[in-house]
Amino acid sequence: MSRLATLIDEGNRPVVTAEFPSIDGGGLAAVEKAADELRPFVDAVNATDNPAAHAHASNTSIAIAMSQFGLEPIMQVVCRDKNRIAMQADIIGASLFGIQNIACLTGDDVTAGDEPEARRVFDLDSTQLVKVASGLAEGHYLSGRAIKQPPALFVGAVENPFAPPLDYRVMRALKKAEAGARFLQLQIGYYPERLENFVAGCVEHGVTRTTALIPTVVLTKSAKALSFMDESVPGISIPAEMIARVAGAGDKDAIAEESYQLTLELSRHALSLPGVSGIHLTDFRHDGSLERLVRDLRIGPAFAPDPVASASGTTSV
Amino acid sequence: MPKLLPLLEHAVKKPVWDCRMCGQCVLHSTGMTCPMTCPKTLRNGPCGGVREDGHCEVKPEMRCIWVKAEERSHSPLNPHHWEEEFNELRPPVDNRLQGTSSWINLINGRDRRTPAGWDGAARERHSAVPGASMVEVDEPTTLPEGFHS
Repeated sequence: MSRLATLIDEGNRPVVTAEFPSIDGGGLAAVEKAADELRPFVDAVNATDNPAAHAHASNTSIAIAMSQFGLEPIMQVVCRDKNRIAMQADIIGASLFGIQNIACLTGDDVTAGDEPEARRVFDLDSTQLVKVASGLAEGHYLSGRAIKQPPALFVGAVENPFAPPLDYRVMRALKKAEAGARFLQLQIGYYPERLENFVAGCVEHGVTRTTALIPTVVLTKSAKALSFMDESVPGISIPAEMIARVAGAGDKDAIAEESYQLTLELSRHALSLPGVSGIHLTDFRHDGSLERLVRDLRIGPAFAPDPVASASGTTSV
Repeated sequence: MPKLLPLLEHAVKKPVWDCRMCGQCVLHSTGMTCPMTCPKTLRNGPCGGVREDGHCEVKPEMRCIWVKAEERSHSPLNPHHWEEEFNELRPPVDNRLQGTSSWINLINGRDRRTPAGWDGAARERHSAVPGASMVEVDEPTTLPEGFHS
């Protein structure tokens, strides 16, 4: 069982996951540097799979390298670039190196990237991939061919509570949970009420009985970054008043501070919802704000109060 | 006749549903909206890229087919059991059926044949009944359930 799975199962504190930066060159030293920056503050980190349809060092190579540098990887697998044979091979191959956490995604379309002329694959969809990956852990490929000593995978997926059809998103989460997803990292979102409705729906329909919900927040430095996400990132919409609030904060430093405060508020709100098991952090600032956020929230390996110590503290005084 | 059926099916379904002849039609369970017209050919619901206005990430001028499908699945014209089927997990597409008639594949059950691993079972190397689920559907004697759809 992966450390992430254990932490979620125990449920003693919110888990903290983050996004690993894309790596292109610089050898393993580049991976080590990024791993060193994240390691103290997070429980596990997503090794992305050609995010936004841009080629980078592969999900499997980054996941393996991360684990060598003592960072627990969540290997993302997107359906856009490979067929069912290749995706199963990647998961089984990575598992030889101890990779256990697998996040199954549809993937941004090729038109979102810098090679829009590429062939899109989508041989499986993300829900089917969840089921296929779960099957690998049960000891067989999709064909039925048996796997001796199958890997102990912890399979999850992503869901977007903020994109239409809003009413249907809970049912889609349920479908993924029933297919075998044990965690759902949620898309970046700036509509707290939509998150609230989604999480409440997941609790009501039993999704959270089997599956941990992990909302995502983003650390940004400027209103321009928010506008960019609003306009250019598929599936992300940001209310105009939120962008205006950050833009109108004053000079550059004041704007950066207001951006941080917005992220802090969204994080506190997300973590306050019954049914939420942790938080996923995407850091576009790289200025120490990630550490500040987990410190302010008092979460993660570095800053969470030790639940055992605090529990025994109440009785041993 | 079997050779003409795909042509006839295409002639009927292309103008109405923009049919892509995947050969394993699920129209009735997706609000009579063809999931193969989704640029990502998703058969189990919308991706996370749907725009705020309900339009497609890939083709901004097109409404997301799953937004449409979800709306239509609640249509009073839709039989209730079709609405329930909307939430079912649809298996991966069998790419060998591309271009064949889903009508024939429905009648002989070929469109419901899935790999052994999809149904959860590891196949033994020398199993006495290799692909047991495949045997019965190749020799249909009665029309399978759901034929009316």
